[in-house]
Amino acid sequence: MAKRVGMEVAIAAAEAVGLCNIDVAAVYPITPQSHMAEHLSELVADGRIDAEFITVESEHSSISAVAGASATGARAYTATSSQGLMYMHEILPIVSAMRLPVAMGIANRAVSGPLNILNDHSDIMPQRDCGWIALFVENGQEAVDLTIQSFKIAEHPDIMLPCCVNIDGFQLTHMVEPIEFPDQKLVNKFLPPRKPYATLHPDKPVSMGTFAMSDIFPEAMKAKDEALKSSKKTILKIWDEWEKLFGRRYRPVETYRADDADILLMTMGSMGETAEIAVDELREKGVSVGLIKLRLWRPFPFEEFKAAVRKAKTLIVTDRAVSFGGPGGPVSTEVRSALYDENERPAIYSYIIGLGGRDVAVTDFVTIVEEAAQAGEKRTVKDYEFYGVRG
Amino acid sequence: MNIIENFDLYAPRLVDKKEYVSPGHRACQGCGEVLALRLMCKALGPDVVIANATGCMEIISSMYPYTAWEVPWIHVAFENAASLGSGVEAGLKALRRKKKIPDRDIKTVAVAGDGGTMDIGLQALSGAMERGHDMLFVCLDNEAYMNTGIQRSSGTPMGAATTTSPSGKVSMGQQTWKKNVTEIMVAHGVPYVATASPSYPLDFMNKVKKAMKVKGPAYIHCHTVCPTGWRSASEITIKLGRLVVETGMFPLYEVEDGKYRMTVEVDELRPIEDYLKPQGRFRHLTPDQIEMIQERIYQEYNKLLDKVNGLHAWSDLKYDWGLFE
Repeated sequence: MAKRVGMEVAIAAAEAVGLCNIDVAAVYPITPQSHMAEHLSELVADGRIDAEFITVESEHSSISAVAGASATGARAYTATSSQGLMYMHEILPIVSAMRLPVAMGIANRAVSGPLNILNDHSDIMPQRDCGWIALFVENGQEAVDLTIQSFKIAEHPDIMLPCCVNIDGFQLTHMVEPIEFPDQKLVNKFLPPRKPYATLHPDKPVSMGTFAMSDIFPEAMKAKDEALKSSKKTILKIWDEWEKLFGRRYRPVETYRADDADILLMTMGSMGETAEIAVDELREKGVSVGLIKLRLWRPFPFEEFKAAVRKAKTLIVTDRAVSFGGPGGPVSTEVRSALYDENERPAIYSYIIGLGGRDVAVTDFVTIVEEAAQAGEKRTVKDYEFYGVRG
Repeated sequence: MNIIENFDLYAPRLVDKKEYVSPGHRACQGCGEVLALRLMCKALGPDVVIANATGCMEIISSMYPYTAWEVPWIHVAFENAASLGSGVEAGLKALRRKKKIPDRDIKTVAVAGDGGTMDIGLQALSGAMERGHDMLFVCLDNEAYMNTGIQRSSGTPMGAATTTSPSGKVSMGQQTWKKNVTEIMVAHGVPYVATASPSYPLDFMNKVKKAMKVKGPAYIHCHTVCPTGWRSASEITIKLGRLVVETGMFPLYEVEDGKYRMTVEVDELRPIEDYLKPQGRFRHLTPDQIEMIQERIYQEYNKLLDKVNGLHAWSDLKYDWGLFE
């Protein structure tokens, strides 16, 4: 096993990008900033990576610039969070429609109103329907691994879609964690140079991003949906390859002591590790509880998710964003929809938790699970609850 | 100096016969903008990548599954031609340096209309020019949002009626002066900045060729007549493009390394009525209002002449300590 080093996760993610032989990076330091962009610029400045580093004047331009670079055949990367991601929003569905394999790191943070900058998932959730592959990581090691994987996933000839890696802002990006960096030679083996399907070059002129009316637009939308859905099987193969080379296994839905559990907790992102401790504590007290962690948000892994919750009586879904005036949180909405047609399905409790950087401790998960356990199936199921919120 | 009169004589030898914006596109009859695009591409030749903003030229040239483009072309959105072009330029540069594409010059050219340049695209343009990408940006300015139905932009001239600056009982139409983005580009220190018009094709193409040779950013602001939006007869497009120059409303000049030069000299400016009258968008203007516009044209023209006559090339300017003794 390679040596582990202690490193801030945002910097580690940038180091991971540095292993990927990128050609172009474009970044903008919209508040909130993470060290991903800064460290990437250091890698370029020190000549450790041979890439064009474009210090654009906005996030709208950073996503536009990496789209342009990707269209020339370059391997292109950008990083953002919160307001910056919201500012990119207009361009995100165009990048996926054009099948440009851009990789993006997102330090997930709350979207303003009021200005907050701390961690939750309210930035990525409005981008849900933009046609990007969306991965979530739980710790620094996963941030490194999935950042490297995101290029391979995006560029794979059977996928060709942009891919974002969601790394919880502050809770992960600003933490120092032990990281085992993959060997450069192995990364080169895993991630060979990009072989683009079509590029902007005079030797073979193509028109990209053409205009489409109602005679072809719906077909283009269907094609994008099918591309995203069918990407899952290739992602699984890529994860198998990763496991063979680096020994760490990744699945669309990760489980922890979940096989025989009556009650299942469900998390996405960095809360998973805290929830694991809560599960251990509760198991010691004799509560039949387990944990499932959603890694692959888009495409949503229906099959794996259903298999993971099949035997449970209760499913407690935690959301870190709100669909205002709607059914609660985006994850629980997705989960309810996924299970609606199942003959046997768990009772679903939906909690909105940890908004705007509010801490979610082990005791909070214990409280939630104990409430559910005591109530059993008799408990009145509310659509959703804001956990621990005054007023 | 009327280059155009001898155009038939010289054109076969001077102009590339190959069409890079091929016929069959959907532009309106008499469209000055697509003519500018066609001439621009002839001057550029094949070794280019075009980054096109959303707008008339994108819509008329790229209706899926057809394309009018014989050169590599990309469109992403309305306001980002300059940032898209930045990425294209950076991508080509990195790939060439890393020997992933053949080792030869390929020019990145970003194209946008007046809205995509002067309004919603100004930030991206400013950023790209400031960063100094090896990229030519061409604004095809037809002085309103024509693609969406003739709404005013900051490029719309004073007094022009558009669908969002209509003339009425208490309004003369557009009530602001045209934003001078050419000067804003000069202020960015862009090494080659020029104004142009497809009514002066050789002048325009020469400027495009000059801009291509610049290793760094270049900007051309091209005045393009829109018969549909201006309510002018389609057969007078070329004539209107010349009248706007001959009246001094849109002088053709270039700023090379900070040095201003008139590329089309006008001995005596024609009265502005000559340009305004054939256009429906100005039909409502009163003599007083026309006089006001005339005054402004003289003022702006003289400001420009001052720069042409007075300003030095940047490279000639040395810091003169003697000034402070």
